[in-house]
Amino acid sequence: MRDLTNEILELIRRTSSSLPPDVEKRLRESIEKEEPGSAARGALETILKNIDLSRANSTPICQDTGTPIFYVHYPLGWSTIKLKEQIRAAMAEATKRSFMRPNAVDAIYDKNTGNNLGGDDFPYVHFEEVEGDDLTIELMLKGGGCENVGRQYSLPDNTVGAGRDLAGVRKVVLDAVQKAQGQGCAPGILGVSIGGDRGSSYIKSKEVLFSEMGTRNEDPKLAELEERLTQEANEMGIGPMGFGGKTTVLDTKIIGLSRLPASYFVSVSYMCWAYRRRKMTVKGEEVTYA
Amino acid sequence: MKNITTPISDEVIRDLKVGDAVTISGTMVTGRDAAHKWMIETFIKKTRPPQGDDLQVYEELKKLLAGSVIYHCGPVVSGLDTKEYKFIAAGPTTSIREEPYQADVMKHFNVKGVIGKGGMGPKTLKGCEETPGVYFHAIGGAASYIAQTVTKVHGVFKMDFGVPEALWVIEVKDFPVVVTMDSHGGSQHAVIDNSSKKVLDELLERPY
Repeated sequence: MRDLTNEILELIRRTSSSLPPDVEKRLRESIEKEEPGSAARGALETILKNIDLSRANSTPICQDTGTPIFYVHYPLGWSTIKLKEQIRAAMAEATKRSFMRPNAVDAIYDKNTGNNLGGDDFPYVHFEEVEGDDLTIELMLKGGGCENVGRQYSLPDNTVGAGRDLAGVRKVVLDAVQKAQGQGCAPGILGVSIGGDRGSSYIKSKEVLFSEMGTRNEDPKLAELEERLTQEANEMGIGPMGFGGKTTVLDTKIIGLSRLPASYFVSVSYMCWAYRRRKMTVKGEEVTYA
Repeated sequence: MKNITTPISDEVIRDLKVGDAVTISGTMVTGRDAAHKWMIETFIKKTRPPQGDDLQVYEELKKLLAGSVIYHCGPVVSGLDTKEYKFIAAGPTTSIREEPYQADVMKHFNVKGVIGKGGMGPKTLKGCEETPGVYFHAIGGAASYIAQTVTKVHGVFKMDFGVPEALWVIEVKDFPVVVTMDSHGGSQHAVIDNSSKKVLDELLERPY
């Protein structure tokens, strides 16, 4: 089996330092909506300068290089044990080269491992066997500030009058955006999962964030709710960094899951503007990045 | 745009108002979760006896923080092996986690400014009035950009907290921030929280 450590290192470098073009495009569009001379516009201008600078110098867009979340889609013939070893080796090297901040802290003893390798769960790696010949590795870096403002609701929720239907889902998602204020580094992107158990619900609310900006759910009912939530979240006027302004949420992505008759969970994962996700594809000898 | 240099006088602080765009130059110290908890427990509430080099670091911090600024930041730093430190990425971290500690730390060390993101609550706002001090909001995530304003790393305390949590003593030149909490009781964060809550209440009434 081929050793992909260097190629994964390159994936980490790209993810940490080069914001995906679809995210950058949305940020550039949103600047026009903010008043000239306002703090909101100033924040977006600084954000755009930072995006250029990070890409040019291969330095982290954000110093919080986040939880590294890998999704590996592998065809028959690859060893997941070896792939995981290579991911971990690449992560340690990326930390040494300052593409990543040492971010794995033992929660009991408060000890930072210094190399981004925690227990078996840090970095987080998800494997999925797929048909065909190509291997793809997706990486998302999710910062702690935005992770902290994520919320999970168990419906019905009396605090906002949310029942067990899409009308109730809408209410709790808007509540989560209001409670987040600017603390998740607005403008944010919302990953919303409806159903599941507490664990799968949160995982899927992040997984949905791997899709491109503007990707709508195939179900027209959910697609409409995605659009509506983005628009209504922006009506609240929280703005970039919570300074006040028109741009609070750049996009919303919803996924529907199966639930138990007794449970109705809604999980909201808030992604900061530094929406770092990249993908590498191994096709025969060739490795490409997107 | 106002340009201010540490150490900052009370007069300069009183003159700053919510909404002011400011650049800061001079020496400041980074400190976040572990540092604030440690300062409170060891030197302010004294619920934990000083250990190792704690007292020595305390004496240094008293000199460094008087009239100066604490920056809520867990940087990416190169040169860890050679101790020729350089800040590679250094944006602000979310400040609200220091809400239980911040006002006491400001008053104890006479800290004139706190730089972070996301704003802080009523306890810190009161601390800003009493010290007096201000809360400066930096742009969250603008890490490469802000790192360029860090011209020198003077040194580091409490490296055993880990790189992000250690107290880094840095020299900055024209670090761009916005005043979002001032020493007169003004808070942009309280204003936006209230206005967005009103809109939310309207939205919750809107039919699906």
